[in-house]
Amino acid sequence: MIINSQNLTHKKLNEKIRSAVKSGVNRIELENVNGQRYIASGLKANVKIEIHGIAGNDLGSFMSGPEINVLGNAQDCVANTMDAGKISVHGSVGDILGYGMRGGKVFIKEDAGYRAGIHIKSYFAKGESASGGKEMVPVIVIGGSVRDFFAEYMAGGIMILLGLSGDKNIAGNFIGTGMHGGTIYIRGKIAKSQLGREVEFVKLDKSDDEIIKKYVSEFCGAFNLDRKKILREKFVKLKAIYHRPYGTIYAY
Amino acid sequence: MKKSLLFPDFTVIRDPDKCIQCEVCVRQCAFDAHSFDKAANKVETDASKCVSCLRCATMCPTGALTVSEYQQNIRKNKNWTDKQIKELYKQAETGGILLTGMGTDKDYKIIWDHILLDAAQVTNPSIDPLREPMELRTYLGSKPDKIQLKIKNEKLKIEKPLSTFYSPLTKLPPQLKLETPILFSAMSYGAISLNTMRALARASDECGIFYNTGEGGLPKELYKYGKNTIVQVASGRFGVDPDYLDVAAAVEIKVGQGAKPGIGGHLPGEKVTDEISQTRMIPTGTDALSPAPHHDIYSIEDLSQLIYSIKEATEYKKPISVKVAAVHNIAAIASGIVRAGADIVAIDGLRGGTGAAPTRIRDNVGIPIELAIAAVDSRLRGEGIRNRASIIAAGGFRNSADVVKAIALGADAVYIGTAALVAMGCHLCQKCYTGKCNWGIATQDPYLVKRLNPEIASRRLVNLIKAWSHEIKEIMGGMGINAVESLRGNRLRLRGFDLHENELKILDIKPAGESM
Repeated sequence: MIINSQNLTHKKLNEKIRSAVKSGVNRIELENVNGQRYIASGLKANVKIEIHGIAGNDLGSFMSGPEINVLGNAQDCVANTMDAGKISVHGSVGDILGYGMRGGKVFIKEDAGYRAGIHIKSYFAKGESASGGKEMVPVIVIGGSVRDFFAEYMAGGIMILLGLSGDKNIAGNFIGTGMHGGTIYIRGKIAKSQLGREVEFVKLDKSDDEIIKKYVSEFCGAFNLDRKKILREKFVKLKAIYHRPYGTIYAY
Repeated sequence: MKKSLLFPDFTVIRDPDKCIQCEVCVRQCAFDAHSFDKAANKVETDASKCVSCLRCATMCPTGALTVSEYQQNIRKNKNWTDKQIKELYKQAETGGILLTGMGTDKDYKIIWDHILLDAAQVTNPSIDPLREPMELRTYLGSKPDKIQLKIKNEKLKIEKPLSTFYSPLTKLPPQLKLETPILFSAMSYGAISLNTMRALARASDECGIFYNTGEGGLPKELYKYGKNTIVQVASGRFGVDPDYLDVAAAVEIKVGQGAKPGIGGHLPGEKVTDEISQTRMIPTGTDALSPAPHHDIYSIEDLSQLIYSIKEATEYKKPISVKVAAVHNIAAIASGIVRAGADIVAIDGLRGGTGAAPTRIRDNVGIPIELAIAAVDSRLRGEGIRNRASIIAAGGFRNSADVVKAIALGADAVYIGTAALVAMGCHLCQKCYTGKCNWGIATQDPYLVKRLNPEIASRRLVNLIKAWSHEIKEIMGGMGINAVESLRGNRLRLRGFDLHENELKILDIKPAGESM
């Protein structure tokens, strides 16, 4: 199904998307998207959405399930509090990518702005039955570079930064400030002075190589990139020093 | 570490004639103030551990225990009080930030107690609420600027209902319908126990009002009370997913709270149990950080973005509230919130409660809710946007008279937190942050949680709401007012007593003795 988004407000556009999903459509193409906000916000469905143009703020906020492919850039707050699903952006995104995300995947071909991956977290979601349940592990892969406060307050999940855009500085300062869980992998060199106080470099082991290989392959599949060339470079791994970074500042 | 210089807060006296060595007090005290000395074969008390929650004294079958202020005579000093000295010792010994719970206990002037209500005498009739209809029903949400009607039939006939002649063209934005203008304030799972939440949810359902999940997520078991639930979205986004937004009657964006304006939430890792992890959707055992800044909100426009993001996610079917602490510039802030698209503005004053806050912040930051309500209501009226959002006032409402005064100052409804907890058994010992609540309210310890029976607690809450509603009707009746709508913003029926001129000006009320 094709929806021409020209001159549509975000409210009208989302109404059209929701009614299409309700009528059982599982593939939607949005044409002429020009900064409309909140696309697929709160949408809980298995639907593929292809966006031609520039997606506005809060793309896929609170959503659970949809697979979104943006053939262009996207603005701020992509994947805000996203629960499940996948967002691929064939360009760059603005600030606050993946705020509080706790499931699903986000692939950004080029750069992301400030505070990418803030509050990203993982947990084990118990199912209805005693034996059921699944590990919720959100994954963000960014092809280019990021600005300051990458992975701020990170509490879980995986963040991979590839630095493919050739920027001298792959990331800004204060990487992982307030981080208390999860793992960051960065391809290339990062100075210790760029790190927040709560993170440290950790040696990579075999399982890390597998994780990197798995998600970089998927990332390369999405954007038709050369996986082998990317994996040839060395990665560094960052982990939180404490699970309880501020546990000792109070007098009880 | 050398011996602590801290001296106890309380003295516990055990009457040896009454004590039967039954050890009830030993089992009741999670702070281990009582213990059984096997060698001496008798119950001992270490008063330095006592927090004066009075659980032991209440449960003692023979009434053998009395808790009182510490009786050692420290040289009296109005400047360097016992409390100041103890806090200095504590910080000298730990190097830590002082923590506390509940609302401030500092001796600030309570403006409610300096506002007096009017009553009808001779020239206008009072109303007997026991025998005449009184309307407390309140709708919270944005009201349209004007109402447009389509005329279906020009010839009005008195015997037919109005709807046969007119149909509304204006669509009313979503509203929360309350049977009485009181809601239970935001208290999160993690800070309070599941049984406490159960009681709040059940009581809301029975009273036709709402409770608020706070930012700690909504346990699946309580989804059935969705139509009486306001859910919160805070900076940590705990437990926020499409189902959570979908099940609630309204969604509240938490920016701040009265007990700790400018300070975020921080649930220590040891309290993040399996259940809390499931509900907040965060890893077990790690700190749950919910910092004061929402890093996606640096401006009114950004706030608007989050409001509309949630409106889109909930298909414009629910009112969106924004909760802020009452701070110096509250009137302008509230105006911005309304213009950002919020349907409800919740304002939490200086005396608002908390499960944990730095003592210095709790006791020194913010402004009293009385002044905040008046300032915000005046500002929104002045700007001609008061109809666009409802105001919920919060922060230390102690009784129904406070509620009536708040509504007359301009609030649409009030949030009560501490009063509700006290109704369930809280004794205001201010130790919520320890997680050892002996009354089973602010704890996750399964042994302690069981002490609060949700059936009984919910019954006590229902009684409280019923009693306050009756009292509000009595007070309104006395004023000759038969609908809460006519009380709202009716500052002419308030008088200030022993208030400074500037306070009267901000409250926009006349001094007692001055007539209409």
